Amino acid sequence: MLETTWFLLWGILWAVYFILDGFDLGIGTLAPFLAKDETEKRTCLNAMGPFWDGNEVWLITAGGVTFAAFPKAYAVMFSGLYSALLLLLFALILRGVSFEFRNKVDSDGWRKVWDACNFLGSFLPALLLGVAFANLFRGIPINAQGVNEGGLFDLLNPYGLLGGVLFVLMFMEHGALWLAVKTQGALHDRAVRTAKGLWPFYVIVAVAFLAYTAVETTLFANFLNTPALLSIVLLAVGSLLLLRPFIGSGKILLSWATSGVTILCVTLFGVLGMYPALLPSSLSPEFSITIYNGASSTLTLQIMLGVALVFVPIVIIYQSWVYKTFGHKITQEDLDYHHAY
Amino acid sequence: MDVLLLSRLQFAVATFFHFIFVPLTLGLSVIIALMETKYVRTGDETYKRMAKFWGKLFLINFALGVVTGITLEFQFGTNWSRYSEYVGDIFGSLLAIEASVAFFLESTFLAVWVFGWDKLSPKAHAAAIWLVAIASNLSALWILIANGFMQHPVGYVIRNGRAELESFYDVVFNSFGLQEFLHTVSGSWMLAGFFVMGVSAWHILRKNELDFFNRSFRYGMAFALIFSLFVALQGHTHGNEVAATQPAKLAAMESHWETRKGAPMYLLTVPNPSGEGNLIETLPIPYMLSILAFSDPNAEVVGLNDIPKDERPPVALTFLAFRAMVGLGTLFIVAAGLAWLWRNKLQEKPWFLKALVWIIPLPYIALDAGWTVAEVGRQPWIVYGMMKTADAVSPITTTQAGVSLFAFIAVYSLLGAVDIYLLRKYATLGPEA
Ligand code: HDD
Ligand code: HEM
Ligand code: HEM
Repeated sequence: MLETTWFLLWGILWAVYFILDGFDLGIGTLAPFLAKDETEKRTCLNAMGPFWDGNEVWLITAGGVTFAAFPKAYAVMFSGLYSALLLLLFALILRGVSFEFRNKVDSDGWRKVWDACNFLGSFLPALLLGVAFANLFRGIPINAQGVNEGGLFDLLNPYGLLGGVLFVLMFMEHGALWLAVKTQGALHDRAVRTAKGLWPFYVIVAVAFLAYTAVETTLFANFLNTPALLSIVLLAVGSLLLLRPFIGSGKILLSWATSGVTILCVTLFGVLGMYPALLPSSLSPEFSITIYNGASSTLTLQIMLGVALVFVPIVIIYQSWVYKTFGHKITQEDLDYHHAY
Repeated sequence: MDVLLLSRLQFAVATFFHFIFVPLTLGLSVIIALMETKYVRTGDETYKRMAKFWGKLFLINFALGVVTGITLEFQFGTNWSRYSEYVGDIFGSLLAIEASVAFFLESTFLAVWVFGWDKLSPKAHAAAIWLVAIASNLSALWILIANGFMQHPVGYVIRNGRAELESFYDVVFNSFGLQEFLHTVSGSWMLAGFFVMGVSAWHILRKNELDFFNRSFRYGMAFALIFSLFVALQGHTHGNEVAATQPAKLAAMESHWETRKGAPMYLLTVPNPSGEGNLIETLPIPYMLSILAFSDPNAEVVGLNDIPKDERPPVALTFLAFRAMVGLGTLFIVAAGLAWLWRNKLQEKPWFLKALVWIIPLPYIALDAGWTVAEVGRQPWIVYGMMKTADAVSPITTTQAGVSLFAFIAVYSLLGAVDIYLLRKYATLGPEA
């Protein structure tokens, strides 16, 4: 029971990370194509300004919780996906510094360097996270010793790549909508148009991924055993389909929230499908790391549950307050502000 | 080179690099919070400008602290997976608590502070920087409790082929970790003091904004003075703790070979590079080592000859790092004392102001030397007495470890150079930039 609770919390933490940092990664990926001049570029950065670091901490927490609640899964996952994770890490490092460094030297060349870093540091993580999670869904060739027998390029199988494309599209859609929430005028209109334009591709890739999942993985088994869980799939599809009319009717904040629901359901779909494994082995189910052979002791899980139940709600409260305080549309005044990015 | 050596080098590169930026964050956040509080209390705009100026330097420094921190959290899994599996039950939860209790608070309220000058009341705005200061020091507390477990494991049982938590209370109130916390944080606050003092001295020397920089100087001086004394006094207690728990490390710190009662301390010692005994050992202070280690002139201090060869840490490095730390610590007390003595006639002592600028890097060296003592002196153990470093490394290939080490060195040197360039640029531009 405790293990199952932590498994669910683990999935939810990843989902929250994807929903929050997803829009940062999406805006970072879109910015070079959407922003036409220096003002618009800075508007894109400042649309993420007060939020991106707090969002990234959800990743650190998701990683930390994997370590705390399922140390064996953390150990096998992080060492087994060594190269992919280090790529992700370097990308996030470049993204992080690009915010702070970009406007610190007044030179076009300098700004171009950090714009490129912000783009790479957004696009690569989106892609890598998608590839990594799709491969988890599919199973990884872990042997009896918990060693991944595959290499970096084995992750780049068609299903993994489709997962990567899905994540990139999902985050771009989400990012375009957040940008629309935070901006006005020409950039706002372009962001809305982008969200509309991306949507058909997003739907096609999502449906293809779902179909491919049925063929390539055993994720659906849990859903067929417990049909009530299929509501998650329905909600994912439903929210994805509702997204377009919402954008069309100009309810941008609602559209953004709806896109968040899709991300939540897509993540939960995968995670619930894997249950009780965190790291299914494609060699043999016996080698999978599950909540039974991978979890921490009961005492640790209890203490961590106490910590999570107290602190996560507090974090949610103050982060919501930050979204409320800084959620307004960016104006020239915001860009002239001495600390603006 | 093998995966073990490459991973150790990579860990050392990543942690040392993280720790170039961390100490300034820990101390400067508190100094800025004090300045802003003064502004809220007095309404004097100069204090607001001070908070903004030092805040800008704080942010440039913070950027690298954050991004290099993520590396460390990943690295336990990527490079030390056997370790993570073996002690994750205890160690992992401390890291997760650090993230959920400290990092969220720190990063969220820093953003509030940065973007909120015009959006919050002065009081609420000052509260934001206090939250940042508290959170960053809280993060230090949790990570050092985690490190304390590796130095002196308590509160666990070996069960199911791994270390499992038995008493959370014992782990959290492990006196080794709490000593490390006091020592590291006071060293960091001292470092921030010298940083503020040094940058202010540079401007005072050039007669820029004298009022502004004289006031800033006072803040730096107070921190440098108080915490250089504290770190040295507490360091002695810390040494006692090491003597009681890690005799091999203590012996290596002093390059002490023969077990004996009433051991002296030699002012001049040159360890034999081959790793056996000392080449030179003169100028003894009788009983000093016994007193330092156990606060008792007749206490017996175990020598390295009585410790099995495969449980001895690298002696020369530990020894040199310890001497460097303590030597520098003495210098800091002198420098901070002089600054206090001459606080009203700084203009008459341009050489001293210049010296204060040149001192800025030294506390960084002392902190890194301290970590070298603690970590290299703990070898060959990754968790003292429980698990050897050689058994902790991940089953990855030499190519993976080699390429990533190379990438870390390349990316970090570049980013480090840019960051230090920017810090210098904005420190010298002054508050009007
Ligand atoms: C004594 C202090 C201290 C020590 C020994 C360490 N750190 Fe650190 N760390 C901090 C003090 C700190 C800090 C001052 O709190 C930082 C610097 C900038 C920041 O955001 O917080 C930080 C940042 C930071 C972050 C980024 C947080 C964010 O995005 O806001 C992570 C993930 C870590 N650290 C993880 C680690 C790990 C796994 C360590 C152990 C090997 C470690 N740190 C050693
Ligand atoms: C931030 C300051 C720190 C510095 C500068 C530092 C420095 C080092 C160095 C130089 C090594 C390599 C030792 C060797 O292989 O001979 C090392 C190893 C290690 N340290 Fe630290 N350390 C720091 C903090 C920590 C903390 C807070 C932790 C744990 C929470 C930690 C855990 C480890 C681990 C896991 C290793 C790798 C295994 C080993 O070689 O012992 N370190 N550290
Ligand atoms: C002047 C007298 C000092 C004494 C007697 C002293 C003592 C010690 C001892 C015994 C250790 C080893 C603890 C361990 O193995 O875990 C240590 C570690 C350390 N020292 Fe010092 N120290 C002094 C000054 C300083 C100064 C001036 C700084 C930096 C500004 C500093 C920074 C550190 C750090 C960062 C560590 C590693 C973390 C830790 O173990 O707490 N020390 N010190």
